[in-house]
Amino acid sequence: MIPATGQVAAPGLARRRPGLRLRALLGRPEVGALAAAIVIFLFFLLVAPSFRSAASFLTVLYQSSTIGIVAVGVGLLMIGGEFDLSAGVVPVSAGLVNSMFCWYFGVNLWVGAVLSLVFCLLVGFLNGWLVMRTGIPSFLITLGTFFVLQGANLGVTKLVTGSVSSRDISAIDGFGSLQKVFASSFAAGSATVWITVLWWVLFVGLAAWTLQRTRIGNWIYAVGGSAESARAVGVPVVRTKIGLFMTVSFLGWFVGMHSLYRFNTLQAGNGVGNEFLYIIAAVVGGTLLTGGFGNALGAAIGAFIFGTTSLGIVYAGWDPNWFKAFLGVMLLLAVLVNTYVKRLSTAVSPREGGLT
Amino acid sequence: MTDTLAEHADRNLRRGEPLVELVGVGKNYGPIRALHGIDLRVGAGEVTCVLGDNGAGKSTLIKIISGLHPHTSGRLAVDGADRRFGSPREALDLGIATVYQDLAVVPLMEVWRNFFLGSELVSGRFPLAGMRIREMRRIADQELRKMGIVVSDIDQPIGTLSGGQRQCVAIARAVYFGARVLILDEPTAALGVKQSGVVLKYIAAARDAGLGVVFITHNPQHAYLVGDHFVILKRGATVLDAARGSVTLTDLTTQMAGGDELAELSRELERPS
Repeated sequence: MIPATGQVAAPGLARRRPGLRLRALLGRPEVGALAAAIVIFLFFLLVAPSFRSAASFLTVLYQSSTIGIVAVGVGLLMIGGEFDLSAGVVPVSAGLVNSMFCWYFGVNLWVGAVLSLVFCLLVGFLNGWLVMRTGIPSFLITLGTFFVLQGANLGVTKLVTGSVSSRDISAIDGFGSLQKVFASSFAAGSATVWITVLWWVLFVGLAAWTLQRTRIGNWIYAVGGSAESARAVGVPVVRTKIGLFMTVSFLGWFVGMHSLYRFNTLQAGNGVGNEFLYIIAAVVGGTLLTGGFGNALGAAIGAFIFGTTSLGIVYAGWDPNWFKAFLGVMLLLAVLVNTYVKRLSTAVSPREGGLT
Repeated sequence: MTDTLAEHADRNLRRGEPLVELVGVGKNYGPIRALHGIDLRVGAGEVTCVLGDNGAGKSTLIKIISGLHPHTSGRLAVDGADRRFGSPREALDLGIATVYQDLAVVPLMEVWRNFFLGSELVSGRFPLAGMRIREMRRIADQELRKMGIVVSDIDQPIGTLSGGQRQCVAIARAVYFGARVLILDEPTAALGVKQSGVVLKYIAAARDAGLGVVFITHNPQHAYLVGDHFVILKRGATVLDAARGSVTLTDLTTQMAGGDELAELSRELERPS
């Protein structure tokens, strides 16, 4: 045991050692990502003249939101100590279920949208249930669902439509109202604001509230930090984790609806690789790969870095292939910073030890 | 620190009345018999010490009482009613709180979050109801101070506290949430002399407040300081079951050190003087 050397006896919560505040600030998961986001954004402002407008900023936000909505869910899931590799293709499956069901049976698109929602929640439930039931790492279970969905997306689409893309559904009942909800945009001055940006802000806010201020948030941190300890004090570990998987697939459904009602048709082979973008966004945002640490704002900043870079490279006139290389570098840097921060925030302070 | 225990203790506890009773309890993990034929009685206001070497079945026994693993044979009664726990939550709801040596806390979470984990104060019943964070921080700080634990910041991750402090936070939490039976798994194993003293005083205080205490240890000295009843396990079975009056510290120490096997060993190793 470490002997108590600097015993402090003054009462009150406000008594903090100098330096502790700075340590607490640096220990916040999103600080590194925020600094990186600002540097990258300024960099592209400098090198790409066409980047310097409100319109392109809003395009960046739109691009970020399409990744960011699912990334927030993936971030929550990773804080809860699990992975979901099927998150990349779930949006495509969601859109295909909706569009092909309604096209084949000729029913209102809202029916298909609800059916697709039930389907996605079921996929999430199955992921979580299998992980909890079998004890097999979620990495493997969701790798399985990822391949099943990827294959089924292509196979079923070919069976129903005879090609690898779904049919145009813009003439079916309900298209207009669904498009309003999931894929509308409005003008703000010279710029266009896509509704997904607002949805993204809403989901990030909701996730942040849940994590920091609710009992469920407490449970999410606990099941990721130490599932056995959490279970021992009565936290419903199984329900919490299954709920997280279902949250991810719900958000996947949401983005799937956006793609469907924005483009009318979907390519059945799309979505592969996006699961890694979500994980990268969460990790760059300070989420610990081993669970128990991170927050919603971090994942949002991670997605913003993705949006800035993917468009910045285009605006700067560079070969867009460099984008993947850049993401890889960001990921490695983020992991280094995270590891350092975790060590900093959990090291037993030499001056701690007020057991009297 | 004794006042805080009396303050949170169940007032209906009658000294000596049985809280938890095990009759012939056994546990098999597949073909492996981890525990068999265990009788144990935890009375209000009594400390029952469970001693035994590594692998004797101590951990399995407390996991059964605390609801982590259900037993496979025999019966477990709480307040006279037969039970078979499906989860720790069920045991906690009956007032059986366990402080585990290795599972006490979630290291990366703040001290106050750990204190209230699983029993958070919320401002409504709907799922996204806010927690009463200010109140929770204040109570956690206050309760820890009463136990003599002064943390410089209630918001710091509990992983930054020393092992003894973490153990004490876990005990303070169990007591605060109205435990009637307190199970302590090797609470003094990782502690120095002074910190062990704090924990032992706490066990005595819990006993005096009328709680039933199950104290798991492999240190007969510590057990004899506070125990009313002693059970020694060996290879999953009871080898000694005695009340305080009918056993001496020497008996306990000898039994713990191996008893007859030790006598055998000393004959074998005897050296001509």
